[in-house]
Amino acid sequence: MDAHSHAAHDPHHHHDEAHEHHELGFFRKYVFSTDHKVIGLQYLVSGLIFLFLGFCLMMLMRWQLAYPGTSVPVIGKILQNVLGPGALTNDGAGHPGLMTPEFYNSLGAMHGTIMIFLGIVPVAFAAFGNFVVPLQIGAPDMTFPKVNMASYQAFFVGGVIMLVSFFVPGGAAKGGWTSYTPLADIADQGPTYHVIFNGQTLWLIGFIFLITSSLLGAVNFIATIIQLRAKGMTWMRLPFFVWAQFVTAFLLLLAFPPLESAIVMQLMDRVAGTSFFLPSGLVVNGAQVSISGGGSPLLWQHLFWFLGHPEVYVLILPGMGIVAEIIANNTRKPLWGYKSLVLAALVLGFLSFIVWAHHMWLTGMGTVVSAFFQTTTMIISIPSVIILSAFFISLWGGSIRFTVPMLFATAFLPMFGIGGLTGIPLAFNSADLYLHDTYYVIAHFHYIVAPGTIFAVFAGVYYWYPKATGRKMSDFWGKVHFWPSLICMNAIFLPMFLQGMLGMHRRWYDGGQGWTLATEKVWGLSGFHWNTPISIAAWVMGLAQIPFIINFFWSIRHGEKVDDNPWEATTLEWTAPSPPPHGNFTTPPVAYRGPYEYSLPGRAKDYTMQTEPVQPDERKMPEPTMSLSH
Amino acid sequence: MEIPYTVTARPDTGLWNAKVGIWLFLASEVMLFGGLFSAYIFLRLDAQPGFWPHGLLNVPVGTMNTAILIASSVTVVLAWAALKMRQYAKYKFYMALTILCGVIFLFVKLYFEWPQKFDHFGAYIKPSALEKYEPYLGNKHLLSEGLPPRVEITGHLHNHEALHDPKIKEYEVGLDPIYTDPTNKEMDRPHFLYVGPTEKLAKIDKADVERATMFVPSHSAFFATYFTITGLHGLHVLGGVIVFVYMFLFGGIIYRQNPEHLANRVEVAGLFWHFVDLVWIFVFPLFYLL
Repeated sequence: MDAHSHAAHDPHHHHDEAHEHHELGFFRKYVFSTDHKVIGLQYLVSGLIFLFLGFCLMMLMRWQLAYPGTSVPVIGKILQNVLGPGALTNDGAGHPGLMTPEFYNSLGAMHGTIMIFLGIVPVAFAAFGNFVVPLQIGAPDMTFPKVNMASYQAFFVGGVIMLVSFFVPGGAAKGGWTSYTPLADIADQGPTYHVIFNGQTLWLIGFIFLITSSLLGAVNFIATIIQLRAKGMTWMRLPFFVWAQFVTAFLLLLAFPPLESAIVMQLMDRVAGTSFFLPSGLVVNGAQVSISGGGSPLLWQHLFWFLGHPEVYVLILPGMGIVAEIIANNTRKPLWGYKSLVLAALVLGFLSFIVWAHHMWLTGMGTVVSAFFQTTTMIISIPSVIILSAFFISLWGGSIRFTVPMLFATAFLPMFGIGGLTGIPLAFNSADLYLHDTYYVIAHFHYIVAPGTIFAVFAGVYYWYPKATGRKMSDFWGKVHFWPSLICMNAIFLPMFLQGMLGMHRRWYDGGQGWTLATEKVWGLSGFHWNTPISIAAWVMGLAQIPFIINFFWSIRHGEKVDDNPWEATTLEWTAPSPPPHGNFTTPPVAYRGPYEYSLPGRAKDYTMQTEPVQPDERKMPEPTMSLSH
Repeated sequence: MEIPYTVTARPDTGLWNAKVGIWLFLASEVMLFGGLFSAYIFLRLDAQPGFWPHGLLNVPVGTMNTAILIASSVTVVLAWAALKMRQYAKYKFYMALTILCGVIFLFVKLYFEWPQKFDHFGAYIKPSALEKYEPYLGNKHLLSEGLPPRVEITGHLHNHEALHDPKIKEYEVGLDPIYTDPTNKEMDRPHFLYVGPTEKLAKIDKADVERATMFVPSHSAFFATYFTITGLHGLHVLGGVIVFVYMFLFGGIIYRQNPEHLANRVEVAGLFWHFVDLVWIFVFPLFYLL
């Protein structure tokens, strides 16, 4: 019907289509592409680069924490030449490369910003979502390909602005990734700073681009999933990954705009001199500031965490989706509790909008508000536990193939479990008063995001790499990548729970050297001295990523060639050629069954693809034998 | 390759793609302005007595702008209806009207309302000096009436250079009506029709002044929210006008290929335009009337 009405009104239609088979130039094909797969790969590569960059910032910080007062070897001297003496200075012995507290703060703020908004969201949501979702639902592309391109470009501009901010006078933003006011309002201001080209203002401007990007992406994802599902692809036949992306897109769509409004207000505070977040009678450097006042620092926190908490689920839901696909594929049996998983993801998405103030126990909001948010926070652990339990039960009784993606996916489960369970003490405001802003919190959310989401991301890269390139990544180097990463992750974050319970604050510049709290001993080392093994583990983990980087690029040309469905999976993306051409499918696919029909009884193969029609006798249950009948 | 359902509706959802897209986009816009309006509520509830001004905006002009925007929402529907009836000339006419309304709205905002504010002066008096300016402020009277005090003297600044020149020791202000006769209710804001500053001059010693600015965003929480929200709303109006101008000029190309496609595009842009209108329906009472 659709094609008919087009043919009637559009005589040039066939002519245009014939044109599309021409080779596109390099720029149209790889830079200004509207193809969802290319955009997905653009997001993937830039996101992975940003992830590594964010990790490098952290490796620098780990030096300062483990060896405060000494210069960073080798790199410190180079950085001092590039960034100037405001960022790094000579240490007591006259060696160059000692980082200043301001630079340390910049590193911390930008580590968080880059990892979350330029690393994980682009990779887990935008890259995998773009590449996989249209393929899994049997669509030729996203609904709005040009909007999709604009989304990537906005992301790119935002990323460039964030990077440029390192090189302006005064350095990048120092207010933490949360940019709490009033400090963030008054930071990087004064006669030595440019009005616009200073770290904090550029952070805000960069953020506006990133928010625009994820807004365009979210609209596109939801519209694609609603409108472009293939024939027969009903809602309950969608792979769980698509559901996860669907909920994630809604979170981005509705949670980011309030932060955007807050960012506009902070920008007004900094550029136009308003006082949205500045209270009356604010004193800076011993003098009262000439502002109208009447603003509320708490307002920023509310608006920030209104994004900030759904953002946590933006980070984890795509990871859960990836893990679900890989677990079903490698246990060779249906995912356990598909319906409960979908329902849990939807409930999770809804509840994530009404828990945000549990980040603000220390602000003195009042007991009634605290009690409300404490209750909702307790409730939100239920759907998370449902999802994790369903994954664990899915493993039960499966003949598991420990492929590289499966290794990462299996590691995800206990790591996410640790991250989730250690969050429960933080959800109680009485316990949180003690643990707030300590390394305990750092360890808690990193367990969710680092060995959680990032492991899921790695699993996804190894899993869908054959679809994108037609070749597999090396198994051996995959395992060389996996095991050190797993060990180092735990070596980094487990001791941080101890440090946190000793009272080590997350923003200490000297690693807690001068603080009695951090000198108390636990398991043979003081809170301060635990920094050294953690830092060494972090650097080793940096080295452990080299096999991945080499494997990733080497396999593009030299990996083992595989067919369209190397993992013997059931979902639609594996019916398309590898790599899928522009428009994806040679014939429009039709879905006849659910996404995880593995090990169907009475079949020659242990997997049945969604495109295989249901046989008339297939759905008959076998007669129960005598021994099972009671 | 062809993306399906760009013009015709998908049978099971009953929607074509752009319609899904625009409703999702508008949902996020609701959250964006929701964030700003919640800031308005937060700041207004937090304001100290006397620090949330009333009646500083020009109500008849705001009313006129409201009417213009509502009228443009009607004309854009008529433009869409004309397309549905395949009357292209009529579409052009109504689209032109819509664009005209949008432009008038922006013109009034940028060349009349905002500059009038930038030209108005206000000085917050230090608490210790309030007594000295009692003849202008009339706080004893307000106290006996149980009303919040006045802490600011507003009007037309005659010696504009006083804002920057530290050698000038006082502001010469042509007072707004209420300060000429502070106990007279008739003189007090809000005035329905705009009443400018009077010729009566007051000299305000700089030493007695806490802060003195023109009515710019940094003047107060009120003007901060006013300029931010109306500014962002104005950008949305501008965006809508640009899209309409594009459809007005180049709509013919799409129309000749598939008139339904252009009708759909106008419908989507129209939905956005209604939303912009709706935001103004909140802005107008919150800032002008309450």
